[in-house]
Amino acid sequence: MSEFLESSAFFGVTISLCAYGLGAALQKRFKCPLFNPVLISVVLVMLLLVTAHIDYDVYYEGAKYLSYLLTPATVCLAVPLYEKLDLLKKNSAAVLTGILSGVVTTLLSVLVLSLMFGLNHTEYVTLLPKSITTAIGIGVAEELGGHVNLTVAIIIITGLTGNIIAPGLCRMLKITDPVAKGVAIGSASHAIGTAKAMEMGETEGAMSSLAIVVSGMLTVVGASVFANLI
Amino acid sequence: MKYMKQFGVILAISLLGELLNHLIPLPVPASIYGLILMLAALCSGLLRVSDVKETAVFLIEIMPMMFIPAAVGLVTSYDILRPRLLAYGVITIGTTFLVMAVSGWVTQAMLNRKKEEKTHE
Repeated sequence: MSEFLESSAFFGVTISLCAYGLGAALQKRFKCPLFNPVLISVVLVMLLLVTAHIDYDVYYEGAKYLSYLLTPATVCLAVPLYEKLDLLKKNSAAVLTGILSGVVTTLLSVLVLSLMFGLNHTEYVTLLPKSITTAIGIGVAEELGGHVNLTVAIIIITGLTGNIIAPGLCRMLKITDPVAKGVAIGSASHAIGTAKAMEMGETEGAMSSLAIVVSGMLTVVGASVFANLI
Repeated sequence: MKYMKQFGVILAISLLGELLNHLIPLPVPASIYGLILMLAALCSGLLRVSDVKETAVFLIEIMPMMFIPAAVGLVTSYDILRPRLLAYGVITIGTTFLVMAVSGWVTQAMLNRKKEEKTHE
């Protein structure tokens, strides 16, 4: 069986999509934010792999075709951003200050909490790029001497957290302006959060996309300064 | 044919992004170069929105599913996460709440101030 699965081009994608479909149906049925389709599908696939003793590499052999689309999809984020360019120009000061405040908050809060938990330098710099998109985060963690695999895991958990909490947190904190919501989501939780921002609205999605790019660049610079502090 | 053409344009820009990532020694991924190139192409009029629109909308719509494989990969990093699970968990999840709140508040406060200035004029 494992031999068949290893050679199957469709197994990984099929179970991922089925799990996502199930997650989407559950979310429709129960309005609770924890019934998040991405979270549910990830947990379901993990459970399947662990209980059926299927190696992650076997699953990924097929599932890599889903990941393959991630670069073209990210490129496409430029389209909604372009369509909202006037709105961005009109509010550029607020948007850029918002993103900058997000980057500084990430770096400062990681610094303070790392000191509190007594983390060493390697553990600390592993966490510094947590809020930016995976590919930039890997580069930053490598450069600063962190655990790259761990950084990837932390970035994904950050993204999932943002994807789950975004609508509820914005409502609770009375962040009502679509521009502010988008900036908040993209600055805190990169592309995985942006997927949720896109569902919330075009403006949210466009501002969140912009925040991925700008916060990524600012973090490259900021993290190299902050890395010297522990 | 329309969709294939649109997909071709998007892949070509992704390829250019890959090329820049290969040539420029910065930790900027192909996808980010590609996003900037696409935006530049649209702004300069080199591409029209209609050249990519439907396929772009589709790819963005199914984007959440593209994160499943990488996230499932967390099963392989559990062993290295475990020794520091509490610290990493608290920092990773806690700061996400904090950062979203701060950047949201700052942006909204600046937008509101601008609106007030306008009404005073």
